[in-house]
Amino acid sequence: MSFELFVQNVFNSMTVGSLYALIAIGYTMVYGILRFINFAHGDVFMVGAYLIFFAEMLVPWPVAALIAIAGASLLGILVDQTAYRPLREAPRISALISAIGVSFLLENLAVVVFTGLPRPAVQPAWMVRPIAVGGLRVLPLTFLVPLVTAALVMGLLYVVYRTRPGLAMRAISRDIETTRMMGVSINRIIALTFGLGSALAAAAGIMWAMRYPQIHPYMGVFPGFKAFIAAVVGGIGSIRGAVLGGLLLGTVEVMAIAFNPTLSGYRDAFAFVLLIVILIFMPTGLLGEKNKDKI
Amino acid sequence: MSAPLAAPAAGPAAGKPLRDGLCTVGLLLAGSFLLRWASGSLNGYQIQLLNLIAINAILALSLNFIYGFSGMFSLGHAGFMAVGAYVSALCILTPAQKATIWFLEPIVAPLATLQTSFFASVMLGGLVAALFSLLIAAPVLRLGGDYLGIATLGFAEIIRVLLTNLVPVTNGAIGLRGIPSHANLFWNYAWLVITLYVILSILKSNFGNVLKSIRDDDIAAKTMGINTTSYRTMAFCVGGFFAGVGGALMGSLITTIEPKMFNFQLTFNILLIVVAGGLGSVTGSVVGSAVITLLLEGLRIVEYPFNIDLDLGLFRVGPVHVPGVPGMRMVIFALVLMFIIIFRRQGLIGTRELSWRALFALPSKIRGLVGRKDPGAGAGG
Amino acid sequence: MLELIDLHVRYGGIHAVQGISLRVRPGEIVTLIGANGAGKSSTVRAVAGLVRGGLGGRILHTPPGGETVSLAGLPPEKIVARGLALCPEGRRILPHLTVAENLELGAYSRSDRKAVAGDKELVYALFPLLKERHWQPGGTLSGGEQQMLAVGRALMSRPDLLMLDEPSLGLAPILVREIFQIIRRINQEEGRTILLIEQNAHAALSIAHQAYILEVGNIVLSGPGRELLHDPKVKEAYLGG
Repeated sequence: MSFELFVQNVFNSMTVGSLYALIAIGYTMVYGILRFINFAHGDVFMVGAYLIFFAEMLVPWPVAALIAIAGASLLGILVDQTAYRPLREAPRISALISAIGVSFLLENLAVVVFTGLPRPAVQPAWMVRPIAVGGLRVLPLTFLVPLVTAALVMGLLYVVYRTRPGLAMRAISRDIETTRMMGVSINRIIALTFGLGSALAAAAGIMWAMRYPQIHPYMGVFPGFKAFIAAVVGGIGSIRGAVLGGLLLGTVEVMAIAFNPTLSGYRDAFAFVLLIVILIFMPTGLLGEKNKDKI
Repeated sequence: MSAPLAAPAAGPAAGKPLRDGLCTVGLLLAGSFLLRWASGSLNGYQIQLLNLIAINAILALSLNFIYGFSGMFSLGHAGFMAVGAYVSALCILTPAQKATIWFLEPIVAPLATLQTSFFASVMLGGLVAALFSLLIAAPVLRLGGDYLGIATLGFAEIIRVLLTNLVPVTNGAIGLRGIPSHANLFWNYAWLVITLYVILSILKSNFGNVLKSIRDDDIAAKTMGINTTSYRTMAFCVGGFFAGVGGALMGSLITTIEPKMFNFQLTFNILLIVVAGGLGSVTGSVVGSAVITLLLEGLRIVEYPFNIDLDLGLFRVGPVHVPGVPGMRMVIFALVLMFIIIFRRQGLIGTRELSWRALFALPSKIRGLVGRKDPGAGAGG
Repeated sequence: MLELIDLHVRYGGIHAVQGISLRVRPGEIVTLIGANGAGKSSTVRAVAGLVRGGLGGRILHTPPGGETVSLAGLPPEKIVARGLALCPEGRRILPHLTVAENLELGAYSRSDRKAVAGDKELVYALFPLLKERHWQPGGTLSGGEQQMLAVGRALMSRPDLLMLDEPSLGLAPILVREIFQIIRRINQEEGRTILLIEQNAHAALSIAHQAYILEVGNIVLSGPGRELLHDPKVKEAYLGG
């Protein structure tokens, strides 16, 4: 493979990986606090993409992006309060089933409201006009995605490690009862967690729509699964793990096919194979903590 | 809702085996006459529904066995169904059909001339699915609840990707058409009876008790020296077997299969039936299958346009043309699932079971209820 | 400041507390002592709002210069906001958070950020060891240090009533002495009211103004700490003869 092509693929890896990372963060935060897999998270990503599609027809792009992120964030909180909160005391599987239900609800609601026809997102011209870098022609978007992702992740880490609500989030993930004793309103912090994760997923949805402009109701299914796998690979419950897992998965996907194009039909399977491998050899993930069951 | 359903009997049935046996035989005979009548008297659509109910019941029972009774949250059911469907189809498609269907790449040589009876094909479908279960069980079963779900889901997707890509074996994404339609009322219900018999036998046996104890408290079971892994593996394979059977029957019923149809939505439908019927109740899975299958069909009307034109005497509703809303069916379905899981987790039947003993106890129960009514209360008016 | 009237606590089929009544007056150290399983922890957990359902009787709180309010049924967040802080049994510090973060968590319910920073310094003054280790994760501290951290954390919410659940648990005698000296200091220097739950009867009775002895869910004896310390019955049952 030529050098240019290799570099091209590296950029692609970073782009895809960043998007997986953003979505993965949402899964990992919710799991870290509630020990619960939010099946509907991938569909929040989809809603974010639809929101920007419609909003950008009405208002300038930056405003549309804000609307999409805010809207998706609220959706995430709404889903938690209506479908998950009533089941906090129930067996964990009940909440999982509810999450599956929400996921299907969102997907089919999207079919009903938006129809299954893929919608073309508007890509701002400056994002997709190739610029020359060295011997390569690259889309500005390809740089933008990892940069924006990095900024968002920094922002999130700031919130989690340097603010009081973030402190509460970290406390809850270990000991809910003691955290309550400190005067923390658990429900509010949980809602915040969903809100933050959903906002990031929406940002990913927006950037995904810019990169792959076909928006359809089921677009969140595979990226959602893969992002969850990325979170598990990186160590579920760890934000840094989610980022690492996302980048790793993106790299594996893009590079494997780059080196061996005949594997392209198997692209979607890589994530699942990676999942099985990690679950067998390192179930707590690359950056996760060892969880010892004392018998 | 107390009779004729009773709490599951603890320990060996202390009832009357002869009576129960005779009743069961009687029921089977009655059932077969009913089916005979149905195949003659009902129209094609209704017969199709009856077929679907049977197959969905088999699938629900297999998932309930894995999850409700053995406590393993498996989301990979569609994968096993796919395996069963493809294996069975490969066995009953004629060589001539195979030559036509596999037009992109010819079918792999040994499969080209493979032909078996329908019963054998379904059996093989189940066995190969069970084999896949065994392979998957090894790495995956030691994981806890949520992880197990994701891992099995992952395997189902891997199976789907394999089916799509191994064109000489499966004809890839195009799928298989014109599968001989052997899955009639007789075969579907016969397999349902077999499934019920096997699963009920296992559950009543010591093996079944061990499974339930593992489900309820895995660690306690281990400390009692039970090899939980081997028990769960066996249960997983039994469930996989019947999922394969269900898939095989379904393939022959709808005569067309393609990898795309064995997606998560299919697993979701079965999961819905299991939850709606009652996790951990055999009766629940059968009843749930009937209710949900009919509901699924009934709800199709919201996806096609229809007219409302009611003359209610005092006023008239319509004429109104309601446009069909595609996708609405699954929206309602998702809402149903969520409603059930939030408000009535036990589903329709909970964990109770229908049994002959409970049925025969029914008259005395009713008598008891009636007798308990305060004789003085009638006068109040 | 706190009054329990005929308190019953039931959970999981166990009738842990069977109708006890006690009173904690402002500025006092009141101790509730008894053997394992006597119902001591259940009592204080009920006051802290950690027991769901199964409560009977009254829990009345009168803040300084305020109205008496019933605490039964309030969630833990509201109880902390009312000025009652619990230092739980087993310390329950967050091991992955630093010492400083654990303390900040204790002050979560407060909005006066500057005062919180000041209080942190006060806690460090009380427990110099914590200041040394303020950047270390809580899990790396020894048992005694964690106990200090837990007490400090409870102090961070500026409670009117500080409840300590078995602070001597698992600590070497010399540390127990140290902790109890600090508890006495907190009471005498800052005038804080303290409700102390303990198995270590000797240490508790030595510093308590008022003591109640709990046996299998019932109060069997009560009186000033000094008196009970020298009471022959108490000596035999709880103080090793």
